[in-house]
Amino acid sequence: MTPLVVELVSDLFFIAGGFLCVTGGVGLLRFPDFFTRIHASGVTETLAAPLLLGGVMCRTGWSLDTAKLLLVIIFLLATNPTAAHAMARAALQGGLKPWLGAAGEEGNGEQGNGEQGNGEQGRRDAGEGEGSSSLR
Amino acid sequence: MYYPAIAVTLYLFWLVLSGHFSGFFLLLGAISSLLVLFCLRRMDRVDRSPGFVPPAPGLFAYGAWLLWSVVRSNIDVARRIWDPSLPIDPQWRPLKVALTKPFGRALYANSITLTPGTLTTDVHPGHFNIHCLSEAAMEELEEGEMERRIRRLGR
Repeated sequence: MTPLVVELVSDLFFIAGGFLCVTGGVGLLRFPDFFTRIHASGVTETLAAPLLLGGVMCRTGWSLDTAKLLLVIIFLLATNPTAAHAMARAALQGGLKPWLGAAGEEGNGEQGNGEQGNGEQGRRDAGEGEGSSSLR
Repeated sequence: MYYPAIAVTLYLFWLVLSGHFSGFFLLLGAISSLLVLFCLRRMDRVDRSPGFVPPAPGLFAYGAWLLWSVVRSNIDVARRIWDPSLPIDPQWRPLKVALTKPFGRALYANSITLTPGTLTTDVHPGHFNIHCLSEAAMEELEEGEMERRIRRLGR
């Protein structure tokens, strides 16, 4: 039914999307801490899922379903940052500090780490002093 | 202009989702659009924030550019994931933000988070705190092309 070219394009989308889904999963396992893992899951959400939906769009042909799938992609892209930001903020509020590379740990061990931690704490407190976490 | 524009948008949204064009369903769509509009008017008495952003050509151009940069940064992050030496160097530091209007700031913060490899953790009056997967991604943000594009939208 669908022309061969369109079918091949949608196959390409499926393969790329599937590969990126696996990539996101591998990243989730390989990355060292919570915040870097959010970046890995971003690959699945922002490119893999739209590619898969794009592949489906090619197969449905021009119909109302195409528009619906497009809406799904738009909602996916609109809600992803909200969820990622909410998770990151919740982790920070819960006292989780981002892992900032092996450099801090290898250098002077405890001391280097401590300094870094205090610096972050100071900056965060200054930030809170300005008194806002809203988007104004 | 505000309420009619929302009514039209809601009704088009209903049409796309329902896919039935017989009189009964068109009437149901109109009723539910009006019901939502009625609720919205009541809620606007409490919250008068600018809730409706009219679509402008500039916004679509920005969206296209944003999609392209999402693709680019996805490829970058995917490469880092598959590289056996795992070449990541996470950064977490403030980024100066000169945008002042709420919509522009929200758009900027969300655009940063949408691109994999960069993540907005906090929003403060003069700066955002950004968590980055690599120094290069942070430098690209500090170079400021995304912010310039949003400023050009005039929001």
